[in-house]
Amino acid sequence: MNWLALVFIGVIAFALSGPAGMLGSRSGNGWQWVSAGIAVGGGVCGLVAACAVLFGYPAETLSFAAAAPAMTVNLRIGPLSAFFLIPIFTIGSLSSVYGLGYWQQSRHPRTGRKLRLWYGVLIAGMAMLTLCQNSIDFLVAWEMMAISTFFLIVTEDQKPAARQAAWVYLVATHLGTLLLLALFAILRVISGSFLLRPLPPGQVGIGLQTVIFLLATVGFGLKAGIVPLHFWLPEAHANAPSHVSATLSGVALKMGIFGILRVLTLLPARPPAWGILLLSLGAASAFLGVLWAMAQHDLKRLLAYHSVENIGIILMGLGLALLGEAEHQPVWIILGMAGCLLHVWNHGLFKSLLFLSAGSVIHGAGTRDINCLGGLAKSMKITAAFFLLGSLAICGLPPLNGFVSELFIYLGLFHTMAKLPILSLTAAVLAMVGALAAACFTKAYGVVFLGTARRVSHRAHESGPTLWIPMGILAAACVLIGVAPGLVLTPLQHVTAAWSGQTLPALGSLVPAGMISILGAGLIAAIGLGVALQRYALRRSRIDSTWACGYIAPSSRMQYTASSLAQMLLTALGPLLRPRRDKLQISGLFAGPSQLHTQVSDPVLKDAVEPVWRRLRFMLAGGQGFQKGSIQNYIFYMLLILLALLAFTLPLTMLWKLLF
Amino acid sequence: MKTVIAIGFQVVLLALLPPLLLGIINKTKAWFAGRRGPPLLQVYYDLLRLMKKNVVISSTTTWVFLAAPLVGVISVVLAGLMVPLGPTVAPVHFTGDLIMFAYLLALGRFFTTLAALDTGSSFEGMGVARELTFACFSEPALFLALLVLVKLSGVLSLSAMLLPESHVRIGSTASAALVLVAVSLFVVLLAETSRIPVDDPNTHLELTMIHEVMVLDNSGPLLGAQIYASAVKLMILAAFLLHVMLPLDPALVWRDRGIMLIGLVAVAGIIGSVESLMARLQLRFVPTLLVAACLLSGFGFLLIL
Repeated sequence: MNWLALVFIGVIAFALSGPAGMLGSRSGNGWQWVSAGIAVGGGVCGLVAACAVLFGYPAETLSFAAAAPAMTVNLRIGPLSAFFLIPIFTIGSLSSVYGLGYWQQSRHPRTGRKLRLWYGVLIAGMAMLTLCQNSIDFLVAWEMMAISTFFLIVTEDQKPAARQAAWVYLVATHLGTLLLLALFAILRVISGSFLLRPLPPGQVGIGLQTVIFLLATVGFGLKAGIVPLHFWLPEAHANAPSHVSATLSGVALKMGIFGILRVLTLLPARPPAWGILLLSLGAASAFLGVLWAMAQHDLKRLLAYHSVENIGIILMGLGLALLGEAEHQPVWIILGMAGCLLHVWNHGLFKSLLFLSAGSVIHGAGTRDINCLGGLAKSMKITAAFFLLGSLAICGLPPLNGFVSELFIYLGLFHTMAKLPILSLTAAVLAMVGALAAACFTKAYGVVFLGTARRVSHRAHESGPTLWIPMGILAAACVLIGVAPGLVLTPLQHVTAAWSGQTLPALGSLVPAGMISILGAGLIAAIGLGVALQRYALRRSRIDSTWACGYIAPSSRMQYTASSLAQMLLTALGPLLRPRRDKLQISGLFAGPSQLHTQVSDPVLKDAVEPVWRRLRFMLAGGQGFQKGSIQNYIFYMLLILLALLAFTLPLTMLWKLLF
Repeated sequence: MKTVIAIGFQVVLLALLPPLLLGIINKTKAWFAGRRGPPLLQVYYDLLRLMKKNVVISSTTTWVFLAAPLVGVISVVLAGLMVPLGPTVAPVHFTGDLIMFAYLLALGRFFTTLAALDTGSSFEGMGVARELTFACFSEPALFLALLVLVKLSGVLSLSAMLLPESHVRIGSTASAALVLVAVSLFVVLLAETSRIPVDDPNTHLELTMIHEVMVLDNSGPLLGAQIYASAVKLMILAAFLLHVMLPLDPALVWRDRGIMLIGLVAVAGIIGSVESLMARLQLRFVPTLLVAACLLSGFGFLLIL
């Protein structure tokens, strides 16, 4: 069986799913089913192939001549690419099914077909990215992913917020591409070929390798959303349609992590400073991400900040593994890398689940402002249950999958105690991140789904099966990995061994997978038994209103809101957040009505990126004359640059001889 | 046979002893106030009475409200099975159980806070906001204490870490670190079980409560489960603290089980004394207290580097 060909079929299917949907009419729903069908079929093909390679079939390569002169496309599927292909195809297919109900063609005649086109390109681009062995192809796939993301974010281009978010994203992603261009140019000069092959040890000095590493960290970090390079992320993920946000957050961010991992396989050096850098960046991202999430009132922006947090956790695992390679500690490598990789999967699963549930809330209640929602658990039972499950998973609580990957990273950090004890203090940071995440999701679930309806959610309704079936599959996967982590140990071991190229201790001997299963199953069984007993004990219960200390006319506006829940914590951690408060003016004995408005804006975007951007725009104002926006002009510029390059490469004497 | 007895002892202790500790705390407080106070076994009577009572459930609530006391009890009991209550290993022990322990407690808290929000009462929301804030500071304090213990013992399991082989000579730097950890753990214990100076369990004003206000709408068996869960939490954290302070000897099993019991009673007495002698802190100073606990453990860690 040629697994690579099967993956390729999957890629082609996703790329074609959009154009297939375009065959239909603007307002008919028929062709969107064809489009999703092609996507799911391709996803299943890709998934089967990726699983086969992940569970032990040998790596495969494929080269063929490309349309461009003197270029060959080189593809390879190995354990690492197979590992990343699994979330791409799983979440890619599930989200396109979700899109059937969430973004129905008949309800969105203007944007539906466009959305499916770019969505297919995004998935195909990401899948190709994992396969490419050649820097040109890699960049092409990277740009496929980046550009399609731009069009997906701006799907609702009538909204200024979406346009603004997409614009900031476009600038950020091209900044990243620019750095990657520099990175691959350096690699080309060193190795003499566009092929991405490991550099032989000793050929390149440590300084140049560090430059390459830093370029990769910043270039790919912009995509992954590492603090402080996350500034584009919250708005972009909040403004895209929810199933796109699920894919962007659950999968596309991980392409940044994949890029860093991929470049690391090329570099032979492993100075400890690299690991320490990634570990501290990870800890900072995790902590600040969750802190900023706590301050958000927009459900999707809150989830987006949690992606920053989880990327931080993933990066902590990666940093630990790198340090392990530097310090020759195989235990750190296996635990750090297993934690990093498993969290890539887990975050993909539970974050997509949460975004899809949030989408269902938006679909049913019509807003994503947490402070306007409330009491949805009654009208949207299924969505509420899935959101709760996703919340438990993202907080790393047993018996769900988030706990397993965080446990790996904790254990790895505890193991550093023997050699570099100061590093293990990051375990305390991770503990605080866990507590903050739990606080944040208590807030999100509690305010959105519990209590009574606040403003708009009276008319909320449950979503249809095209929405909750994908959510159900994701939820089942979260429970499965959480209760039976033994299932994923083999692939994790396999990928880590392939990535580091060393003989490593067995993961199964280092982590208590069996005990997690027993306790997880015990916990679930005990709760099940308890529920049955409780039914009996509560058979004579009486229903009455909530105790309001004797007050008999409580209204839903008296409930604690998201802002009031977060206020105490935000005050305690105020210096880190710097919330902006409008002046509250109360004057006179009989003060008139007044209101207070507080807001926590992203400090990186507001205080660093925007001022620099404004300065740049001011400085570069003179260049605006060149940007006329007409395609003829740009073709002319390209011609000029081509000629200039020719003049640069061909010696002038030769030109002279040719002419005369 | 010995393991069966050890497990049996632990399970019976875990199931039956916790309410007594609450009784001792109340008795101590009564003694300080010059009252006779409720009988030692009053909490048992209360629990039995609550189990027989009818339940009033708020019409605002969903299944989360009913599930919370259940999850609370189950998670805290599972966590309790990982802490040795005497000189023998706990019934459940494995590499990494210390993280499972912390996260099981967090699971219980997650559901308790959600259930409070489920009632839609602003008082309960207020309690949730406070509980969540304090948890964000007590969690790192607990982990820093765990880090010190892991560093000293070199193992990643609570049973192995808390039991005698790993204990240190009195007078060494390590014992100084353990003193710091013990103080820090005591603060965490007070915060996690909602005692003075963090929270006043006897307050009668909803505005000033933390834990009590979160369970305001629970009645009958539901309230009983909440009280029982917090009593179990008190006991396992107290046992944790005692292991840090007392070098138990596995050779003298029954003597040291006795010491453990006396120790638990003593910790309850100390908590009662703290409650009688101190006023509650202003809410805004509680994070400072918990940060101080983090710093103490952190210094302990630096001492043994």
